[in-house]
Amino acid sequence: MTMGAKQVTNMEQLLEGIWKQNPVFVMTLGMCPTLAVTVSGFNALGMGVATTFVLVCSAGLISLLRNFIPKEVRIATYIVIIATFVTLVDYIIQAVSLALYDALGAFIQLIVVNCIILGRAEAHAAKSPSLPAVLNAFGMGVGFTIGLLALGSVREILGAGKLFGVTLFGADFQPWVVMVLPPGGFFVLGAWLLLFAWWARRKEANHGA
Amino acid sequence: MSNQRTDIPPADITGSGRLVATLGLVTMICGALIVAVWQWTLPAIAANKKVMLERGVKALVPDAARIVEYDAAADGIHPAQGDPVAGAVRFYATYDGGGKLLAIAAEGGARGYADVVRVLYGYRPGCECIFGIRVVQMKETPGIGDKIITDAAFVANFDKLDVSLATDMKSLANDVKTVKHGSKKFGWEIDAITGATITSKAVGRGINDSVQVLLPRLRPHLEQLEKGASS
Amino acid sequence: MEHESLGQIFVITLLSSNFVLAMFLGLCPFLGVSGKLETAVPMGIATSFVMLVASLCAYGLNLLLGYFELEFLRLISYIVVIASTVQLVEMAMKKFSPALFRALGIYLPLITTNCAVLGVALFQTARGYDLGQSIAFSLGGGAGFTLALVLMAGVRERLKLSDIPGAMQGTALSLMLAGLLSLAFMGFGGIGVAR
Repeated sequence: MTMGAKQVTNMEQLLEGIWKQNPVFVMTLGMCPTLAVTVSGFNALGMGVATTFVLVCSAGLISLLRNFIPKEVRIATYIVIIATFVTLVDYIIQAVSLALYDALGAFIQLIVVNCIILGRAEAHAAKSPSLPAVLNAFGMGVGFTIGLLALGSVREILGAGKLFGVTLFGADFQPWVVMVLPPGGFFVLGAWLLLFAWWARRKEANHGA
Repeated sequence: MSNQRTDIPPADITGSGRLVATLGLVTMICGALIVAVWQWTLPAIAANKKVMLERGVKALVPDAARIVEYDAAADGIHPAQGDPVAGAVRFYATYDGGGKLLAIAAEGGARGYADVVRVLYGYRPGCECIFGIRVVQMKETPGIGDKIITDAAFVANFDKLDVSLATDMKSLANDVKTVKHGSKKFGWEIDAITGATITSKAVGRGINDSVQVLLPRLRPHLEQLEKGASS
Repeated sequence: MEHESLGQIFVITLLSSNFVLAMFLGLCPFLGVSGKLETAVPMGIATSFVMLVASLCAYGLNLLLGYFELEFLRLISYIVVIASTVQLVEMAMKKFSPALFRALGIYLPLITTNCAVLGVALFQTARGYDLGQSIAFSLGGGAGFTLALVLMAGVRERLKLSDIPGAMQGTALSLMLAGLLSLAFMGFGGIGVAR
């Protein structure tokens, strides 16, 4: 019975970050990279994968060390661990794709101050055994990537007429340039949140009535 | 050491030795991880950079068979190693299959509308002119600023941009300047794109700032470069 | 880039390259704290102070790391310095202005995870600014951040009296507002750039 309960909980851990506690749409955390790099689907995916890598690795290491880290220095230790993995992902991206590295720029290193990672570490990894912690972190990462992709695709489609570099419309398409500029980032994210809020209220209204 | 206070279990208070030890251990583990991955990715990163560089330079100088990197410092030119030395201008000497010096390529950058605009320009010592540019980095407004890549008239500015040195060989005879669209009179001027003046000026400034420093330093060593000093 | 004057850097970072509205740094406090004008101003000033200190330390650290060829430790050292600075600012504020300390609450330690602070350090290193330029950059960034915060707070305070559709309330509205502010600030494009 304990085995069964643990299995369910592990799956829930994974899904929690994707829907119920989606970092972008529900918790509105990690805004800075969300808006800055999502001018195209490819960049969004790259940032999402990099953040997931850091999330999973730091959650794993922190969870492993959770019984050894005294609580007085826990934040400092978490930060050092997270910064380490961010530095690693920085080098890995450079080695894999300089184009992605140029596109994401300084925002790769800014992953270290992404509230999601420290928040997860503090709220979860520090208290759970490795497997649930890693699954939860992975779910958060996937949820974050989905959020980034939602933003990046819309901005790329409207602002450049392409998706992942593939031109979608004919030559007559006038791109809505503001979408790939800073204001566009704010507007598109605001529109997504509006959509989610409206849908949530409708669900509530239906259940209430 | 009287232990009057029995309400605080001693196990809750961590000694500072333990705190320092934990932090130290964690930092050591992390440091080791970073160094390991850094070493592991170093060759791949260097290879990537080389590929990107060659792609850019080859686009400017299609016949280039060999590219040699140099740093032009105040005290002369040195073969390049790693990142550019502070105060030196990195340039690339291109040679054809027979070892003849084809052109010099270098980068220049200046702030445009959104962020820095960096261009790679090609210089022929023979005509003392720039014969082409390639935009390396640009975050200008799509459809407006990015016309510096697509606008044929703008690109034509750089078919023979005069960057000859003054008689004292210490500076340019005339600064490279971006002028209003249609008012270009001299070979060292660049005709801006209407509606994209800021970005056009950034290109002009970037090139000017770079050649003002590079060309006087390059001149005394041209023969050495033409001989194709190996490095 | 290295030839930009201090005044140019300050003006550009304050307006056309505003940290919040153009570079998307410092959004968490921007969306979180800007509900009231009284908290927006002290938050902006506290963050600006941390940004200035972070900028100076980053400049020094960068020289040190370069000398010992330890560039790969850059990120870790920057973030540790920032965390320590925030800790010190917290302690100082607790001692000298407890009311302000309580008003800012959780947002004070959150300055550590403020992208704008680390962003200052990283961007100035990437652009190769010297000491003077770095200071101008961080001052411009801090002023720009405070400006954006104050503008947002002012608008949101006014909006409290308006009738906003239910779904729009909260973060969605703040983001739309931020988008409009960002659009307005685009009008500053080209200001301060050399002729």
